[in-house]
Amino acid sequence: MNILYNEEIDGPLSKVDRADLFADLRQAMPDLLILHREEDLRPYECDGLAAYRTVPLLAVLPERVEQVESILRICHARRVPVVARGAGTGLSGGALPLAQGVLLVMARFNRILELNPKGRYARVQPGVRNLAISQAAAPYELYYAPDPSSQIACSIGGNVAENAGGVHCLKYGLTVHNVMKIEVLTMEGERITLGADALDAPGFDLLALFTGSEGMLGIVTEVTVKLLPKPRVARVLMASFDSVEAAGKAVADIIGAGIIPGGLEMMDKLAIQAAEDFIHAGYPVAAEAILLCELDGVELDVAEDIERVRAVLDEAGATAVSLARDEAERALFWAGRKNAFPAVGRMSPDYYCMDGTIPRRHLPKVLRGTAELSEQYGLRVANVFHAGDGNMHPLILFDANEPGALERAEELGGKILELCVAVGGTITGEHGVGREKINQMCVQFNVDELSFFHAVKAAFDEHALLNPGKNIPTLRRCAENGAMRVHQGKMPFPELERF
Amino acid sequence: MNIEVRDADRSEDLLAQVYTALATNTPVLIQGGGTKSFYGRATSGALLDTRAHRGIVSYDPTELVVTVRAGTPLAELEAVLDQSGQMLAFEPPYFGEGATVGGMVAAGLSGPRRPWVGSVRDFVLGCRVITGNGKHLRFGGEVMKNVAGYDVSRLMAGSLGSLGLLTEVSFKVLPKPRSSLTLRLEMDVDTALVRFAEWGQQPLPITAACHDGEGLMLRLEGGEGSVKAAREHLGGEEVSAAFWGALREQTLDFFSNPAPLWRISVANDSRPRLPEGAQLVDWGGAQRWLKTDAAAATLRGAAAAAGGHACCFTPGAAESPLHPLPEVLMRYHRRLKEQLDPQGIFNPGRMYDGL
Ligand SMILES: Cc1cc2nc3c(=O)[nH]c(=O)nc-3n(C[C@H](O)[C@H](O)[C@H](O)COP(=O)(O)OP(=O)(O)OC[C@H]3O[C@@H](n4cnc5c(N)ncnc54)[C@H](O)[C@@H]3O)c2cc1C
Ligand SMILES: Cc1cc2nc3c(=O)[nH]c(=O)nc-3n(C[C@H](O)[C@H](O)[C@H](O)COP(=O)(O)OP(=O)(O)OC[C@H]3O[C@@H](n4cnc5c(N)ncnc54)[C@H](O)[C@@H]3O)c2cc1C
Repeated sequence: MNILYNEEIDGPLSKVDRADLFADLRQAMPDLLILHREEDLRPYECDGLAAYRTVPLLAVLPERVEQVESILRICHARRVPVVARGAGTGLSGGALPLAQGVLLVMARFNRILELNPKGRYARVQPGVRNLAISQAAAPYELYYAPDPSSQIACSIGGNVAENAGGVHCLKYGLTVHNVMKIEVLTMEGERITLGADALDAPGFDLLALFTGSEGMLGIVTEVTVKLLPKPRVARVLMASFDSVEAAGKAVADIIGAGIIPGGLEMMDKLAIQAAEDFIHAGYPVAAEAILLCELDGVELDVAEDIERVRAVLDEAGATAVSLARDEAERALFWAGRKNAFPAVGRMSPDYYCMDGTIPRRHLPKVLRGTAELSEQYGLRVANVFHAGDGNMHPLILFDANEPGALERAEELGGKILELCVAVGGTITGEHGVGREKINQMCVQFNVDELSFFHAVKAAFDEHALLNPGKNIPTLRRCAENGAMRVHQGKMPFPELERF
Repeated sequence: MNIEVRDADRSEDLLAQVYTALATNTPVLIQGGGTKSFYGRATSGALLDTRAHRGIVSYDPTELVVTVRAGTPLAELEAVLDQSGQMLAFEPPYFGEGATVGGMVAAGLSGPRRPWVGSVRDFVLGCRVITGNGKHLRFGGEVMKNVAGYDVSRLMAGSLGSLGLLTEVSFKVLPKPRSSLTLRLEMDVDTALVRFAEWGQQPLPITAACHDGEGLMLRLEGGEGSVKAAREHLGGEEVSAAFWGALREQTLDFFSNPAPLWRISVANDSRPRLPEGAQLVDWGGAQRWLKTDAAAATLRGAAAAAGGHACCFTPGAAESPLHPLPEVLMRYHRRLKEQLDPQGIFNPGRMYDGL
């Protein structure tokens, strides 16, 4: 199904006269970079979810907070929708533009404003790349913990908007656990500070609410992140298993033994094969599943934990366990995992990356269900998995040149997410709902829960001008596509007309 | 020993009480054990007691997740976790035997381990809540990573019951450290503050650091090896760990001083110029407890200048116990309250006047 904005089901947008709006913006800010020609706008028509594209009405690239403030005030007064964009690496179409809206590109806010090693924080502009923060902190033996695989490219503003995660989440938390303070502009152009330089702030925890809100509640103009001391050592173990069930059980056993690894990742046979062909990391291609378990911290504790984990892995039936001998081999073990997506990409013209989280104990059931669906749809699925926290990334292989293949892949992806919800999980662990999973939101939440979300939104953006159509579906959309959650045997949306 | 946790789902009763409140336009005062009733502003309304709605809904130690009904005594929850060698890592204060899980989340207070592992909200994964529209809804869940929709569960933490009635909360739990010891080091406050900044930049297994006015108390937790090594490196004498419980529960002698008690939250490397009074420095410098008769405005100015805020723990000693919010931010608080509790039935005025 086409997920591009549809005014009939996503809500009407006001008609905007491009020339008028351009004139207004230009008059208020003679030095603002405004893109308006088709060929200049084209590069901004999509984010990392490239299957969906819309050329925005205008794109603005401000450099100063005062400009963002004026842009928002003008758009608010004229009821023009605004979509924020960071680095555009989002995988759920969160920064997908609107044909009737302004795209607010925050990429030029790329300065690190303050790095305070004593206070262990960095104050940065939202367009700063995730990895750049750790690089700046490195001379002080400090780093910023959340490490999405896209960290070389994605912006910290986009990370806050998506509550991005990474390999280190189980032990070091998500973006929400590592951000202390944000400066925000509301759609009305008002400045507010959420959080503090201190460990807490009075009032409601709006910092938590805004983190992961996908650019729907305000524009992030500054971020203060926590810096942590770099662990002294990190060692990684690789274990092979002859079934994914056994590997899944080993994960539970490690955690049950009271060990919280710095990273704990699983790959299935197809993913192992793809990674090995690409990276030659020495992965056991005959194994049904491998686990990579990284232990980090102080030397003595890491040495103790390696022995404990080894014992647990043996007990859980690992067919082979190897410890990376040195830093080079450790990097090699991880290179296979970190390049799993492009590796799978080499096996197939196209792939579609899903992002569901499940309670880990249901892993065998979900993998079996996924295999059945894969068979049914005639599309191969490789599984790469943040095993420690239950976040799965099934990669669906397809060929977009084959008529109907993209639609089949999307439908299969939707079914996998519904399976995640059925076992008590969620349709997105880290990539966000954006536009991609807007229909599956109707499966995870009922009409009252969705209405509650709309009420939260209305408190900050009364006219629904910030990123309309993303994150929370309209009730009409849920009614129309029929993917409604039937709750306690009651008919959902009894108050809505049937179509 | 097997811990018995009484199990009773009374959500229909709670929902009925909220319906009545809505139908009659009568505010409710949500109360668990009443152990934190000193906290926030005094208000009036019909008492809504959560304690009958109790029990552990699910707990799987290998998933590191527990789901609990709001009226469950905190002590029962902690006892159950303890049996599996796990804990609520944010060390919530009880302030009395009857403390409930719902009140703990609503009050949002965390203990000595907070700067190193996180606060209550950092460990909230999901919740069920009865809303100001009389609906019983579910947000978040029992998984660590979940970004579907807005993070309503974490918003509820620390909201003092003014956005809805929590009926169930899911928490991330952690294994208890294998090894733990408490040290006392003789040094003055200024030296301690310098040390905190140095230690904070090193991967040391410190999980509590408090200067009680006379000496520095440090807790080390982790594997046997790192704790032992850090102990040798840091020196000092080994003392009883009971100090941390007394600090968390405010039963140290310091707290018996009759002057009003203020909690001052500041940036961890700041040097706030606080008014005269007895002071206890916790959270490695980021939290100050101050016994003082100084005016609220003076304290708040000093806290704000150090990147933080000041809140009063002695009932009646300050017009607004919680640090007042800037006007624009307050307006958005009111708008959120109006959206989520349009009739204003949940704990009105408890957090701030007019909220
Ligand atoms: C190869 C690859 C690997 C990835 N791996 C991971 C991973 O491991 N973990 C993970 O979590 N994600 C991952 N992602 C997804 C993506 O990198 C993250 O979602 C990232 O947080 C997006 O940041 P961005 O700056 O590119 O944001 P964009 O894509 O530009 O925008 C994302 C969302 O944030 C909003 N936004 C951006 N800036 C602001 C702002 N200043 N104020 C308000 N809203 C704003 C946008 O409106 C949009 O809704 C991966 C992506 C790729 C391409
Ligand atoms: C301002 C305030 C808000 C509270 N909010 C909640 C809450 O959201 N959820 C909750 O389970 N318990 C709440 N309580 C009860 C109360 O928090 C807990 O019972 C208490 O904090 C834990 O110890 P206690 O039970 O002795 O606390 P109490 O002193 O009884 O209460 C502390 C605070 O938590 C509120 N509160 C208590 N229970 C609830 C609840 N179920 N839902 C909403 N608010 C509640 C109370 O109204 C009170 O504001 C709240 C209590 C106060 C005083």
